Amino acid sequence: MKRTGLLIVTVLLAMALVLAGCSKAEEPAAQAAPAEKTETAAAEPAAPVVDDKMGGVLVFGRSGDSVGLDPGRETDGESFYGSTAVFDTLVEFVPGQTAVKPALATSWEVSDDGLEYTFSLRKGVTFHDGTPFNAEAVVFSFERQFIEDHPYYAQGPWKYWGYMDMDNIVDSVVAVDDYTVKFMLKKVEAPFIANLAMDFASIVSPTAVEKYGDDFKNNPVGTGAFKFVSWAKDSQIVFERNDAYWDGPVYLDRLILKVIPDATSRWLALQKGEVDLIDFPSTEDIAAMKADPDVQVIQQAGLNVGYLALNTQKKPFDNKLVRQAMNYAIDNQAIIDGVYGEAGQVAKNPLPPTMWSYNDDIEAYEYSPEKAAALLAEAGYPDGFDMELWAMPVARPYNPNARKIAEIMQDQLKKVNINAEIVSYEWGTYLDKTDQGEHQAAMLGWTGDNGDPDNFLWVLLSEPAAIPPAGNIAMWKNAEFTELCSQAKQTADQDVRDRLYREAQEVFHEEAPWVPIAHSVVTIPAKNYVNDFVIYPTGKRVFKHVWLQD
Amino acid sequence: MLKHILKRLGLLIPTLFGVVTLVFFMIALAPGDPARVMLGERANAAQIEQIRQELGLDKPLIQQYGLYLSRVVRLDLGESITSGQKIKDEISERFPATIELAIWAMLFASIVGIILGVTSARKRNSWVDYTTMGGALVGVSMPVFWLGLVLIMIFSVWLDLLPTGGRMNVRYYFEPITNFYIIDGMILWITEGTPKYLVSAFQHLILPTIALGTIPLAIIARTTRSSMLEVLQQDYIKTARSAGIRERRVVYRYALRNALLPVVTVIGLQFGLLLSGAILTETVFSWPGIGKWIYVAIGARDYPAVQGGIIFISTFFVLINLVVDILYSVINPRIRMQ
Repeated sequence: MKRTGLLIVTVLLAMALVLAGCSKAEEPAAQAAPAEKTETAAAEPAAPVVDDKMGGVLVFGRSGDSVGLDPGRETDGESFYGSTAVFDTLVEFVPGQTAVKPALATSWEVSDDGLEYTFSLRKGVTFHDGTPFNAEAVVFSFERQFIEDHPYYAQGPWKYWGYMDMDNIVDSVVAVDDYTVKFMLKKVEAPFIANLAMDFASIVSPTAVEKYGDDFKNNPVGTGAFKFVSWAKDSQIVFERNDAYWDGPVYLDRLILKVIPDATSRWLALQKGEVDLIDFPSTEDIAAMKADPDVQVIQQAGLNVGYLALNTQKKPFDNKLVRQAMNYAIDNQAIIDGVYGEAGQVAKNPLPPTMWSYNDDIEAYEYSPEKAAALLAEAGYPDGFDMELWAMPVARPYNPNARKIAEIMQDQLKKVNINAEIVSYEWGTYLDKTDQGEHQAAMLGWTGDNGDPDNFLWVLLSEPAAIPPAGNIAMWKNAEFTELCSQAKQTADQDVRDRLYREAQEVFHEEAPWVPIAHSVVTIPAKNYVNDFVIYPTGKRVFKHVWLQD
Repeated sequence: MLKHILKRLGLLIPTLFGVVTLVFFMIALAPGDPARVMLGERANAAQIEQIRQELGLDKPLIQQYGLYLSRVVRLDLGESITSGQKIKDEISERFPATIELAIWAMLFASIVGIILGVTSARKRNSWVDYTTMGGALVGVSMPVFWLGLVLIMIFSVWLDLLPTGGRMNVRYYFEPITNFYIIDGMILWITEGTPKYLVSAFQHLILPTIALGTIPLAIIARTTRSSMLEVLQQDYIKTARSAGIRERRVVYRYALRNALLPVVTVIGLQFGLLLSGAILTETVFSWPGIGKWIYVAIGARDYPAVQGGIIFISTFFVLINLVVDILYSVINPRIRMQ
């Protein structure tokens, strides 16, 4: 009896793990967020100008705890939620957008060969421990991440530095004088500047790192809007206002990040007023949230895209006309309505709409079985064809239910005599097989991290990315597209880059290597008295200018 | 008696060996390359290789198993992939929260369960009996997750009586001392002169205690009832009654003591099972204990953490059983004699 009980416990727990291995839907890890308030349930009627925005405590109900608060060390979004409050970066994202603007650096210059970036630093800024922010601190913050004999490199390699390929980009960081820092690059890489706005590039207090050593992740000291106060693991992290903030005033007295893992529990806590703002609501609750008079629902298309990649190296998708026909034959709106609900937006480009250079002039392929049939006939498939349609087995941030989407597509394709057989593999295998281009047509997606178009177009659609293991699982090799993106990598001129990426999207549209499906929408429900909270497309949660109405 | 305990302790070793082996292989045989799955869409070959090395997946399975066993024997459960911290530390940080909740849930389940069980047995086939046993049937089949959400909905949102989750009002900026919040609350009442921490800790305990305690309560009530009914048939009870001893005294003094023997076993078993119920309860109520930690580790595919967590809970379960065994022989001298 007793041993049976033990066996049951063990087996149940282990089963839970195995099931998770098969089908656990992940919380979007470094989920991307959107740019503008697109929806405010309770429109503030001529909001009275409140003189006194100052004061109050804001509690943010989020789905998981931070792992650590040293932004260089950590890799997960929940950790960055905490470190974003404490630290600043040299450049930062414009609120709600992917463009970058000066922050701890007041300006920067790029040398003609594109290999030297010189930053002028803001003067008079101090860390929370009273030590001055200067060029030395900047050099320290970066060198510890890649100079292997740096005293605080310990336990390297630093993962996020690696994820962003910084080893192949940055050669050295030097202090020219107290308030000037120069980055020497190994290659011309325009998206580099966007990387510096990311959390891993935060500037830390060297004195505090020396003082706390490994424990710095539990005692973060930066220049940010909030000072770290306390952290009860798995419960809450408390921050207080930095009165001396350079980009002030900071209105909140305190900011509390509270962990509530279950989405329904978070919504209940918001209704009760125990928290003022929540992360990752469940899609089914969004309609009720919009109907609640005390709650505003802030939404924005996320920095992600879910797509159906058509393998251009295999028949019949080696034919552009067939790929275009697929785009006409699939009704994205039906997929949004049937699967994403309130949490999705139709995609027409490979870039999400919050990304700079998003080409809104491109006209989406409308849903038209007639046009699809005509194109198929022209391509030599008047009677349609049989195909395999691959769907991943797990929910992803950009695609909550690939199999259900596959079924909807199957129905739609039947109308133009394309017989799609749905194929799925266990997740790890699925990734391996699509990397190798074994599929005819496969669903997949991407969540961007640094807010640069290069992070989508180069990684997912360029010729080099089509070499297995491929990020470009359409195996699409288009010289024109690749050349445009390559040029955009080589120039630091923002206007030129913008134009190049817009052209690249036109090539993509014409050649149709994918059927773009959707961008999932980031939703932040908040109490009405929370003001000036803006969703950042790159997934940051920023509270420095948020204020509460009494 | 000592010999009995030593023998039971000796039996622990093969049991725990079995647990470790089972857990290791179930996880090793879970579908998919953990490294590939952890990295998802953004994996490149070098990163996959790095993670495989960190996890020791580049070695043959038997060698991995050997290494794992040798580490577990040295009480080293490894490090969590997500936090890089020792799993031992992660567990000891969170265990007080789980134990606090489990103890309250068990007290609640035992006291209410025994009272209901005895009452049903005394009033057998009355409406009291039917209601209680009907309720117990419902209680035992109630999904914990659902029950937790319904409790929050009713008592927190509609009636606005109790908090929705957590262990303490976040706006109190409370710093734990012992990490048992009821005890901390009492200490702070003395040192700071305000009972607000104790009150808040207590309020936060009520709903999760009910959610976690309902299933054991139902089982305990049923066991108590059937055990009582059996004992009440015994000759010595009839003798006691015919001797004119008051019914209340007969039931509580003579019958209950003997009827409790199987109930103690059930309570022990339930206490162990409670730890798995805690995974769901802690998740619904944002309770920062081991259950929630394992839930998050499963989602993050933090394999060493999940292995360590399961081994810890299983060991705890086995130890609880040992304690129950010993308690049992204390209450029931007949066992000691054998």
